[in-house]
Amino acid sequence: MSRRLLPSGDAAVLVECDTLEEVLALHDALAADPRPGVVELVPAARTILVAIDPARLPLESAATWVRRIRVEAGSRLAGRTADEVTIPVVYDGDDLSQTAELLGVSPEALAARHQAAEWRVAFIGFAPGFGYLVSDDWPFEVPRLEAPRTRVPAGAVAIAGAFAGAYPRQGPGGWRLIGRTDAPPWAPESDPPALLVPGRRVRFEATQGG
Amino acid sequence: MTPRLVVRQTGPLALIEDLGRPGLAHLGVPGSGALDRGAAMLANRLVGNPDGAAIIEILVGGFAARFEGETWFAVTGAWGSAALDGRAIAPYTATRATNGGALELGTAERGIRYVLAVRGGIDVPEVLGSRSRDTMAGLGPEPLVAGQVLAIGAEPGASVPLLDQEAAFPPPDGLVTLGVLPGPRADWFTDASRAALFDNGWRLSEQADRVGARLVGTPLARRVPGELASEATVPGSIQVAGDGLPTILLADRPVTGGYPVIAIVAPGSLDAVAQLRPGQAVRFRHA
Repeated sequence: MSRRLLPSGDAAVLVECDTLEEVLALHDALAADPRPGVVELVPAARTILVAIDPARLPLESAATWVRRIRVEAGSRLAGRTADEVTIPVVYDGDDLSQTAELLGVSPEALAARHQAAEWRVAFIGFAPGFGYLVSDDWPFEVPRLEAPRTRVPAGAVAIAGAFAGAYPRQGPGGWRLIGRTDAPPWAPESDPPALLVPGRRVRFEATQGG
Repeated sequence: MTPRLVVRQTGPLALIEDLGRPGLAHLGVPGSGALDRGAAMLANRLVGNPDGAAIIEILVGGFAARFEGETWFAVTGAWGSAALDGRAIAPYTATRATNGGALELGTAERGIRYVLAVRGGIDVPEVLGSRSRDTMAGLGPEPLVAGQVLAIGAEPGASVPLLDQEAAFPPPDGLVTLGVLPGPRADWFTDASRAALFDNGWRLSEQADRVGARLVGTPLARRVPGELASEATVPGSIQVAGDGLPTILLADRPVTGGYPVIAIVAPGSLDAVAQLRPGQAVRFRHA
Protein backbone atom coordinates (compact mmCIF):
# COMPACT_ATOMS: atom_id res chain seq x y z
CA MET A 1 0.00 0.00 0.00
CA SER A 2 1.15 3.53 -0.56
CA ARG A 3 1.79 5.95 2.24
CA ARG A 4 2.88 9.50 1.56
CA LEU A 5 4.07 11.68 4.40
CA LEU A 6 3.21 15.33 3.93
CA PRO A 7 4.50 18.19 6.10
CA SER A 8 1.98 19.75 8.48
CA GLY A 9 3.86 22.11 10.75
CA ASP A 10 6.32 21.22 13.49
CA ALA A 11 3.96 19.09 15.60
CA ALA A 12 2.19 16.88 13.08
CA VAL A 13 2.62 14.90 9.91
CA LEU A 14 -0.16 14.25 7.42
CA VAL A 15 -0.18 10.72 6.02
CA GLU A 16 -1.93 10.23 2.71
CA CYS A 17 -3.22 6.91 1.39
CA ASP A 18 -4.81 5.98 -1.94
CA THR A 19 -8.09 4.68 -0.56
CA LEU A 20 -10.27 4.92 2.53
CA GLU A 21 -9.64 1.18 3.12
CA GLU A 22 -5.94 1.91 3.42
CA VAL A 23 -6.64 4.78 5.80
CA LEU A 24 -8.71 2.51 8.04
CA ALA A 25 -6.11 -0.26 8.05
CA LEU A 26 -3.31 2.21 8.79
CA HIS A 27 -5.37 3.85 11.53
CA ASP A 28 -5.90 0.44 13.15
CA ALA A 29 -2.19 -0.35 12.95
CA LEU A 30 -1.13 3.00 14.43
CA ALA A 31 -3.77 2.84 17.17
CA ALA A 32 -2.71 -0.71 18.08
CA ASP A 33 0.98 0.22 18.46
CA PRO A 34 1.00 3.71 19.95
CA ARG A 35 4.16 5.70 20.67
CA PRO A 36 4.52 7.93 23.72
CA GLY A 37 4.30 11.51 22.54
CA VAL A 38 1.66 10.85 19.90
CA VAL A 39 -1.10 13.24 20.92
CA GLU A 40 -3.78 12.00 18.58
CA LEU A 41 -4.65 10.43 15.25
CA VAL A 42 -7.18 12.32 13.14
CA PRO A 43 -8.40 10.18 10.23
CA ALA A 44 -10.21 11.61 7.22
CA ALA A 45 -11.25 10.22 3.84
CA ARG A 46 -7.72 9.80 2.43
CA THR A 47 -5.45 10.97 5.22
CA ILE A 48 -4.51 10.60 8.86
CA LEU A 49 -3.08 13.54 10.75
CA VAL A 50 -0.58 12.24 13.28
CA ALA A 51 -0.24 14.95 15.91
CA ILE A 52 2.69 14.75 18.31
CA ASP A 53 4.17 16.54 21.26
CA PRO A 54 7.60 17.46 19.87
CA ALA A 55 9.02 17.65 23.40
CA ARG A 56 8.31 13.95 23.87
CA LEU A 57 8.64 12.55 20.36
CA PRO A 58 10.72 14.17 17.62
CA LEU A 59 8.81 14.66 14.39
CA GLU A 60 11.38 12.56 12.54
CA SER A 61 10.80 9.63 14.93
CA ALA A 62 7.06 9.90 14.38
CA ALA A 63 7.62 9.85 10.63
CA THR A 64 9.77 6.74 10.93
CA TRP A 65 7.11 5.05 13.05
CA VAL A 66 4.47 5.78 10.41
CA ARG A 67 6.71 4.69 7.52
CA ARG A 68 7.67 1.40 9.08
CA ILE A 69 4.48 0.23 10.72
CA ARG A 70 3.10 -3.06 9.40
CA VAL A 71 -0.46 -2.90 8.18
CA GLU A 72 -2.84 -5.80 7.78
CA ALA A 73 -4.13 -5.69 4.25
CA GLY A 74 -7.67 -5.44 4.18
CA SER A 75 -11.23 -4.65 4.27
CA ARG A 76 -12.95 -1.75 5.86
CA LEU A 77 -13.29 -3.88 8.95
CA ALA A 78 -9.62 -4.80 9.16
CA GLY A 79 -8.08 -5.22 12.59
CA ARG A 80 -11.38 -5.60 14.36
CA THR A 81 -11.46 -4.50 17.95
CA ALA A 82 -13.80 -5.34 20.80
CA ASP A 83 -15.03 -1.78 20.87
CA GLU A 84 -18.54 -2.13 19.54
CA VAL A 85 -21.75 -0.26 20.14
CA THR A 86 -25.36 -1.03 19.20
CA ILE A 87 -27.57 1.89 18.31
CA PRO A 88 -31.36 1.47 18.57
CA VAL A 89 -33.18 2.98 15.61
CA VAL A 90 -36.80 3.74 14.81
CA TYR A 91 -36.94 3.47 11.03
CA ASP A 92 -39.40 6.23 10.25
CA GLY A 93 -37.18 8.86 8.61
CA ASP A 94 -38.74 11.38 6.26
CA ASP A 95 -36.55 10.23 3.37
CA LEU A 96 -36.84 6.46 3.94
CA SER A 97 -39.50 5.69 1.31
CA GLN A 98 -38.11 7.98 -1.36
CA THR A 99 -34.56 6.76 -0.83
CA ALA A 100 -35.64 3.11 -0.93
CA GLU A 101 -37.46 3.80 -4.17
CA LEU A 102 -34.35 5.45 -5.59
CA LEU A 103 -32.39 2.29 -4.75
CA GLY A 104 -35.10 -0.03 -6.09
CA VAL A 105 -35.82 -1.74 -2.78
CA SER A 106 -38.63 -1.60 -0.25
CA PRO A 107 -38.26 0.63 2.83
CA GLU A 108 -38.28 -2.54 4.95
CA ALA A 109 -35.47 -4.04 2.91
CA LEU A 110 -33.40 -0.86 3.19
CA ALA A 111 -33.85 -0.84 6.95
CA ALA A 112 -32.98 -4.54 7.11
CA ARG A 113 -29.74 -4.02 5.16
CA HIS A 114 -28.86 -1.08 7.40
CA GLN A 115 -29.22 -3.38 10.42
CA ALA A 116 -27.53 -6.39 8.87
CA ALA A 117 -24.41 -4.44 8.01
CA GLU A 118 -21.46 -4.29 10.38
CA TRP A 119 -20.36 -0.67 10.36
CA ARG A 120 -17.25 1.07 11.53
CA VAL A 121 -16.61 4.72 12.23
CA ALA A 122 -14.13 5.81 9.56
CA PHE A 123 -13.68 9.43 10.54
CA ILE A 124 -15.46 12.45 11.93
CA GLY A 125 -16.91 14.86 9.42
CA PHE A 126 -17.97 18.45 9.56
CA ALA A 127 -19.24 18.73 13.10
CA PRO A 128 -18.21 17.47 16.55
CA GLY A 129 -19.25 13.84 16.87
CA PHE A 130 -20.51 13.46 13.30
CA GLY A 131 -19.04 10.05 12.47
CA TYR A 132 -18.88 8.79 8.89
CA LEU A 133 -19.66 5.06 9.04
CA VAL A 134 -18.59 2.56 6.36
CA SER A 135 -19.34 -1.10 5.88
CA ASP A 136 -18.23 -3.93 3.59
CA ASP A 137 -21.81 -5.21 3.78
CA TRP A 138 -23.52 -2.05 2.53
CA PRO A 139 -24.18 -2.17 -1.22
CA PHE A 140 -25.84 1.21 -1.63
CA GLU A 141 -24.67 4.60 -2.67
CA VAL A 142 -27.09 7.53 -2.66
CA PRO A 143 -26.66 11.19 -3.52
CA ARG A 144 -27.21 13.82 -0.87
CA LEU A 145 -30.45 15.75 -0.92
CA GLU A 146 -30.52 18.39 -3.61
CA ALA A 147 -31.77 20.93 -1.10
CA PRO A 148 -30.24 20.41 2.37
CA ARG A 149 -32.57 20.80 5.32
CA THR A 150 -32.01 23.85 7.45
CA ARG A 151 -32.87 21.89 10.56
CA VAL A 152 -32.18 18.22 11.20
CA PRO A 153 -32.93 17.04 14.75
CA ALA A 154 -30.24 15.49 16.95
CA GLY A 155 -30.32 11.71 16.74
CA ALA A 156 -31.52 11.60 13.11
CA VAL A 157 -30.11 8.45 11.48
CA ALA A 158 -29.10 9.14 7.92
CA ILE A 159 -27.23 7.93 4.84
CA ALA A 160 -25.36 9.75 2.07
CA GLY A 161 -22.87 8.53 -0.52
CA ALA A 162 -21.73 5.15 0.74
CA PHE A 163 -21.77 6.41 4.33
CA ALA A 164 -24.16 6.08 7.25
CA GLY A 165 -24.32 8.39 10.24
CA ALA A 166 -26.37 9.94 13.00
CA TYR A 167 -26.70 13.68 13.53
CA PRO A 168 -25.03 14.49 16.86
CA ARG A 169 -26.75 17.83 17.33
CA GLN A 170 -29.55 19.76 15.74
CA GLY A 171 -28.43 21.65 12.69
CA PRO A 172 -28.54 21.94 8.91
CA GLY A 173 -27.87 18.82 6.87
CA GLY A 174 -28.14 17.23 3.44
CA TRP A 175 -28.04 13.53 4.33
CA ARG A 176 -31.10 11.34 3.74
CA LEU A 177 -32.99 10.68 6.95
CA ILE A 178 -34.01 7.04 7.35
CA GLY A 179 -34.69 6.91 11.09
CA ARG A 180 -33.90 8.25 14.53
CA THR A 181 -32.20 7.07 17.69
CA ASP A 182 -32.53 7.86 21.37
CA ALA A 183 -28.86 7.01 21.91
CA PRO A 184 -27.33 10.45 22.16
CA PRO A 185 -24.53 10.60 19.53
CA TRP A 186 -23.12 13.63 21.33
CA ALA A 187 -22.93 14.15 25.09
CA PRO A 188 -20.29 16.66 26.17
CA GLU A 189 -20.46 15.47 29.78
CA SER A 190 -19.52 11.91 28.76
CA ASP A 191 -16.03 10.56 28.16
CA PRO A 192 -15.65 10.27 25.25
CA PRO A 193 -18.30 12.86 24.39
CA ALA A 194 -18.99 11.24 21.02
CA LEU A 195 -20.69 7.89 20.60
CA LEU A 196 -19.09 7.51 17.18
CA VAL A 197 -15.34 7.39 17.80
CA PRO A 198 -13.07 6.58 14.84
CA GLY A 199 -12.35 2.84 14.78
CA ARG A 200 -15.44 1.89 16.76
CA ARG A 201 -17.73 -0.86 15.35
CA VAL A 202 -21.39 -0.03 15.12
CA ARG A 203 -24.57 -2.03 14.64
CA PHE A 204 -28.02 -0.57 14.20
CA GLU A 205 -31.01 -2.36 15.70
CA ALA A 206 -34.66 -1.65 15.02
CA THR A 207 -36.76 -0.61 17.98
CA GLN A 208 -40.36 0.47 18.30
CA GLY A 209 -40.78 4.21 18.34
CA GLY A 210 -42.90 6.24 20.69
CA MET B 1 -16.48 35.66 49.69
CA THR B 2 -14.54 35.43 46.47
CA PRO B 3 -14.73 38.50 44.25
CA ARG B 4 -17.00 38.71 41.25
CA LEU B 5 -16.94 40.66 38.03
CA VAL B 6 -20.09 42.38 36.77
CA VAL B 7 -20.07 42.95 33.00
CA ARG B 8 -21.48 46.36 32.09
CA GLN B 9 -20.58 46.61 28.39
CA THR B 10 -19.13 43.93 26.14
CA GLY B 11 -18.12 45.80 22.99
CA PRO B 12 -18.54 43.82 19.73
CA LEU B 13 -17.55 40.44 21.21
CA ALA B 14 -16.24 39.39 24.60
CA LEU B 15 -15.57 35.68 25.14
CA ILE B 16 -14.31 33.51 27.93
CA GLU B 17 -11.28 31.53 26.77
CA ASP B 18 -8.50 29.42 28.24
CA LEU B 19 -5.94 27.26 26.47
CA GLY B 20 -8.65 25.20 24.78
CA ARG B 21 -9.42 21.55 24.15
CA PRO B 22 -6.35 19.84 22.74
CA GLY B 23 -6.49 16.20 21.70
CA LEU B 24 -10.15 16.00 20.68
CA ALA B 25 -9.81 16.68 16.96
CA HIS B 26 -10.43 13.00 16.18
CA LEU B 27 -13.92 13.52 17.65
CA GLY B 28 -14.43 16.60 15.51
CA VAL B 29 -13.75 19.04 18.34
CA PRO B 30 -11.37 21.89 17.46
CA GLY B 31 -8.69 23.07 19.87
CA SER B 32 -10.27 26.50 20.36
CA GLY B 33 -8.90 28.59 23.24
CA ALA B 34 -7.47 32.11 23.45
CA LEU B 35 -6.45 33.31 20.01
CA ASP B 36 -3.44 35.20 21.40
CA ARG B 37 -2.17 32.44 23.65
CA GLY B 38 0.94 34.33 24.65
CA ALA B 39 -1.15 37.26 25.84
CA ALA B 40 -3.43 34.92 27.80
CA MET B 41 -0.53 33.18 29.51
CA LEU B 42 1.21 36.48 30.26
CA ALA B 43 -1.93 38.03 31.74
CA ASN B 44 -2.38 34.98 33.94
CA ARG B 45 1.24 35.01 35.09
CA LEU B 46 0.99 38.69 35.96
CA VAL B 47 -1.74 37.93 38.50
CA GLY B 48 -0.25 34.66 39.77
CA ASN B 49 -2.67 32.39 37.92
CA PRO B 50 -1.70 29.15 36.23
CA ASP B 51 -1.27 29.62 32.46
CA GLY B 52 -4.53 27.86 31.68
CA ALA B 53 -6.86 29.96 33.86
CA ALA B 54 -9.87 31.32 31.99
CA ILE B 55 -9.54 34.91 30.76
CA ILE B 56 -11.81 37.27 28.84
CA GLU B 57 -10.88 37.86 25.20
CA ILE B 58 -12.22 41.25 24.18
CA LEU B 59 -12.48 42.12 20.50
CA VAL B 60 -11.71 45.77 19.63
CA GLY B 61 -12.71 47.22 23.02
CA GLY B 62 -15.71 49.08 24.37
CA PHE B 63 -15.69 46.76 27.36
CA ALA B 64 -16.68 47.86 30.86
CA ALA B 65 -17.01 45.90 34.08
CA ARG B 66 -17.23 46.45 37.84
CA PHE B 67 -15.34 44.46 40.44
CA GLU B 68 -17.23 43.19 43.46
CA GLY B 69 -14.57 42.60 46.07
CA GLU B 70 -10.88 43.41 45.96
CA THR B 71 -8.66 41.55 43.58
CA TRP B 72 -5.82 41.76 41.06
CA PHE B 73 -6.25 41.91 37.33
CA ALA B 74 -4.10 42.50 34.26
CA VAL B 75 -4.80 43.53 30.65
CA THR B 76 -2.55 42.26 27.85
CA GLY B 77 -2.79 41.70 24.11
CA ALA B 78 -4.20 44.72 22.30
CA TRP B 79 -2.97 48.15 23.32
CA GLY B 80 -5.45 50.94 23.97
CA SER B 81 -6.77 53.11 26.73
CA ALA B 82 -7.49 51.14 29.88
CA ALA B 83 -8.75 52.82 33.01
CA LEU B 84 -9.79 51.84 36.51
CA ASP B 85 -12.17 54.33 38.12
CA GLY B 86 -11.28 56.81 35.41
CA ARG B 87 -7.52 56.65 35.99
CA ALA B 88 -5.31 55.18 33.28
CA ILE B 89 -3.69 51.87 34.17
CA ALA B 90 -0.47 50.48 32.71
CA PRO B 91 -0.83 47.71 30.17
CA TYR B 92 0.82 44.37 30.86
CA THR B 93 0.91 45.10 34.58
CA ALA B 94 -0.98 43.63 37.54
CA THR B 95 -3.34 46.20 39.02
CA ARG B 96 -5.24 46.01 42.31
CA ALA B 97 -8.97 46.62 41.93
CA THR B 98 -10.87 47.94 44.89
CA ASN B 99 -14.39 46.79 45.73
CA GLY B 100 -16.69 48.50 43.24
CA GLY B 101 -13.78 49.41 40.95
CA ALA B 102 -14.92 50.26 37.43
CA LEU B 103 -12.74 48.94 34.60
CA GLU B 104 -13.06 50.43 31.12
CA LEU B 105 -11.24 49.38 27.97
CA GLY B 106 -11.33 51.85 25.08
CA THR B 107 -11.02 51.06 21.41
CA ALA B 108 -7.77 49.23 20.72
CA GLU B 109 -5.14 51.38 19.00
CA ARG B 110 -2.67 48.55 18.40
CA GLY B 111 -3.73 44.96 17.91
CA ILE B 112 -7.38 44.00 18.13
CA ARG B 113 -7.87 41.51 20.99
CA TYR B 114 -7.43 42.49 24.62
CA VAL B 115 -6.96 39.81 27.22
CA LEU B 116 -8.31 40.48 30.71
CA ALA B 117 -7.13 38.12 33.44
CA VAL B 118 -8.46 38.29 36.99
CA ARG B 119 -6.65 36.63 39.87
CA GLY B 120 -8.36 33.25 40.40
CA GLY B 121 -9.56 33.06 36.79
CA ILE B 122 -13.07 33.36 35.42
CA ASP B 123 -15.03 30.54 37.00
CA VAL B 124 -17.59 29.00 34.66
CA PRO B 125 -18.32 25.28 34.16
CA GLU B 126 -15.92 23.41 31.92
CA VAL B 127 -17.13 21.77 28.73
CA LEU B 128 -14.87 18.94 27.56
CA GLY B 129 -12.18 20.03 29.97
CA SER B 130 -12.10 23.68 28.93
CA ARG B 131 -13.85 26.96 29.65
CA SER B 132 -13.24 28.20 26.11
CA ARG B 133 -15.97 29.46 23.85
CA ASP B 134 -15.70 27.75 20.48
CA THR B 135 -17.54 30.06 18.11
CA MET B 136 -17.74 27.51 15.30
CA ALA B 137 -18.75 24.37 17.17
CA GLY B 138 -20.89 26.33 19.66
CA LEU B 139 -19.17 24.75 22.68
CA GLY B 140 -18.41 26.40 25.99
CA PRO B 141 -19.75 29.57 27.61
CA GLU B 142 -21.93 31.86 25.50
CA PRO B 143 -20.52 35.27 24.56
CA LEU B 144 -20.70 37.70 27.46
CA VAL B 145 -23.69 40.03 27.76
CA ALA B 146 -24.12 43.26 29.68
CA GLY B 147 -25.37 42.65 33.20
CA GLN B 148 -23.79 39.24 33.45
CA VAL B 149 -22.13 38.44 36.78
CA LEU B 150 -18.99 36.31 36.50
CA ALA B 151 -17.72 34.24 39.39
CA ILE B 152 -13.99 34.40 40.05
CA GLY B 153 -12.14 31.24 41.04
CA ALA B 154 -10.33 30.67 44.33
CA GLU B 155 -7.03 32.45 44.95
CA PRO B 156 -4.23 30.51 43.30
CA GLY B 157 -1.33 29.27 45.43
CA ALA B 158 1.16 31.57 43.74
CA SER B 159 1.31 35.17 44.85
CA VAL B 160 1.19 38.09 42.45
CA PRO B 161 4.75 38.18 41.18
CA LEU B 162 6.87 41.24 41.73
CA LEU B 163 8.14 42.23 38.35
CA ASP B 164 10.67 44.86 37.68
CA GLN B 165 9.62 46.97 34.74
CA GLU B 166 8.38 44.15 32.53
CA ALA B 167 9.19 44.79 28.88
CA ALA B 168 5.86 45.35 27.21
CA PHE B 169 5.65 45.89 23.49
CA PRO B 170 2.40 46.86 21.84
CA PRO B 171 1.37 44.78 18.82
CA PRO B 172 2.87 46.36 15.66
CA ASP B 173 0.65 48.70 13.68
CA GLY B 174 2.59 48.40 10.41
CA LEU B 175 3.76 45.49 8.35
CA VAL B 176 3.70 42.16 10.18
CA THR B 177 6.00 39.37 9.00
CA LEU B 178 4.85 35.85 9.76
CA GLY B 179 7.12 32.81 9.76
CA VAL B 180 5.70 29.85 7.86
CA LEU B 181 6.51 26.16 7.58
CA PRO B 182 5.92 23.91 4.56
CA GLY B 183 2.31 22.82 4.05
CA PRO B 184 0.97 19.46 2.93
CA ARG B 185 -0.42 20.62 -0.43
CA ALA B 186 2.19 23.09 -1.66
CA ASP B 187 2.57 20.91 -4.76
CA TRP B 188 -1.03 21.70 -5.73
CA PHE B 189 0.15 25.21 -6.65
CA THR B 190 2.26 26.49 -9.51
CA ASP B 191 5.90 27.28 -8.81
CA ALA B 192 5.14 30.93 -9.50
CA SER B 193 2.37 30.95 -6.91
CA ARG B 194 4.50 29.21 -4.32
CA ALA B 195 7.05 31.95 -4.77
CA ALA B 196 4.37 34.63 -4.84
CA LEU B 197 3.15 33.57 -1.40
CA PHE B 198 6.45 34.94 -0.07
CA ASP B 199 7.23 37.63 -2.62
CA ASN B 200 3.87 39.34 -2.66
CA GLY B 201 2.40 41.45 0.07
CA TRP B 202 -0.95 40.58 1.64
CA ARG B 203 -3.52 42.43 3.69
CA LEU B 204 -5.97 41.19 6.29
CA SER B 205 -9.50 41.35 4.90
CA GLU B 206 -12.62 42.28 6.84
CA GLN B 207 -13.40 38.56 6.99
CA ALA B 208 -11.29 37.67 9.95
CA ASP B 209 -12.49 35.99 13.10
CA ARG B 210 -11.58 33.13 15.43
CA VAL B 211 -12.23 30.59 12.66
CA GLY B 212 -9.84 32.09 10.15
CA ALA B 213 -8.11 35.21 8.91
CA ARG B 214 -8.75 35.73 5.22
CA LEU B 215 -6.13 37.71 3.32
CA VAL B 216 -6.43 39.77 0.17
CA GLY B 217 -3.79 40.13 -2.53
CA THR B 218 -2.99 38.64 -5.91
CA PRO B 219 -4.73 35.25 -6.17
CA LEU B 220 -2.55 32.14 -6.14
CA ALA B 221 -2.85 29.76 -9.09
CA ARG B 222 -3.34 26.04 -8.76
CA ARG B 223 -1.33 23.46 -10.67
CA VAL B 224 -3.59 20.58 -9.64
CA PRO B 225 -7.24 21.25 -10.41
CA GLY B 226 -10.14 19.48 -8.79
CA GLU B 227 -11.34 18.89 -5.29
CA LEU B 228 -9.43 17.75 -2.28
CA ALA B 229 -11.01 15.19 0.03
CA SER B 230 -11.41 16.96 3.38
CA GLU B 231 -8.44 16.43 5.67
CA ALA B 232 -7.44 17.46 9.17
CA THR B 233 -5.69 20.80 9.51
CA VAL B 234 -3.48 22.26 12.23
CA PRO B 235 -3.79 25.82 13.58
CA GLY B 236 -2.07 28.25 11.24
CA SER B 237 -2.78 26.23 8.10
CA ILE B 238 -2.89 28.58 5.12
CA GLN B 239 -5.79 27.24 3.12
CA VAL B 240 -6.34 28.56 -0.38
CA ALA B 241 -9.97 28.72 -1.47
CA GLY B 242 -11.27 28.41 -5.02
CA ASP B 243 -10.72 32.11 -5.67
CA GLY B 244 -6.99 31.74 -4.96
CA LEU B 245 -6.97 33.83 -1.78
CA PRO B 246 -5.40 32.45 1.38
CA THR B 247 -7.07 32.07 4.77
CA ILE B 248 -5.03 31.39 7.89
CA LEU B 249 -7.06 28.85 9.85
CA LEU B 250 -7.23 29.61 13.57
CA ALA B 251 -8.36 28.10 16.87
CA ASP B 252 -12.09 27.66 16.07
CA ARG B 253 -11.60 26.26 12.56
CA PRO B 254 -13.53 23.09 11.65
CA VAL B 255 -11.32 20.08 12.30
CA THR B 256 -11.19 19.14 8.62
CA GLY B 257 -11.00 21.37 5.58
CA GLY B 258 -11.51 20.71 1.90
CA TYR B 259 -9.19 23.31 0.35
CA PRO B 260 -5.48 22.68 -0.16
CA VAL B 261 -3.10 24.01 2.50
CA ILE B 262 -0.09 25.64 0.82
CA ALA B 263 1.89 26.42 3.98
CA ILE B 264 1.49 26.69 7.74
CA VAL B 265 2.04 29.74 9.92
CA ALA B 266 4.60 28.71 12.52
CA PRO B 267 3.28 28.44 16.08
CA GLY B 268 5.59 31.30 17.09
CA SER B 269 3.81 33.66 14.67
CA LEU B 270 0.20 32.66 15.43
CA ASP B 271 -0.28 35.14 18.26
CA ALA B 272 0.62 37.94 15.85
CA VAL B 273 -2.18 36.77 13.53
CA ALA B 274 -4.62 37.11 16.43
CA GLN B 275 -3.71 40.80 16.71
CA LEU B 276 -3.91 41.73 13.01
CA ARG B 277 -6.37 44.47 12.14
CA PRO B 278 -8.40 44.53 8.92
CA GLY B 279 -6.33 46.22 6.20
CA GLN B 280 -3.02 45.58 7.98
CA ALA B 281 -0.11 44.51 5.76
CA VAL B 282 1.24 40.97 6.10
CA ARG B 283 4.26 39.22 4.64
CA PHE B 284 5.37 35.61 4.88
CA ARG B 285 8.92 34.41 5.37
CA HIS B 286 10.33 30.92 5.71
CA ALA B 287 10.47 30.06 9.40
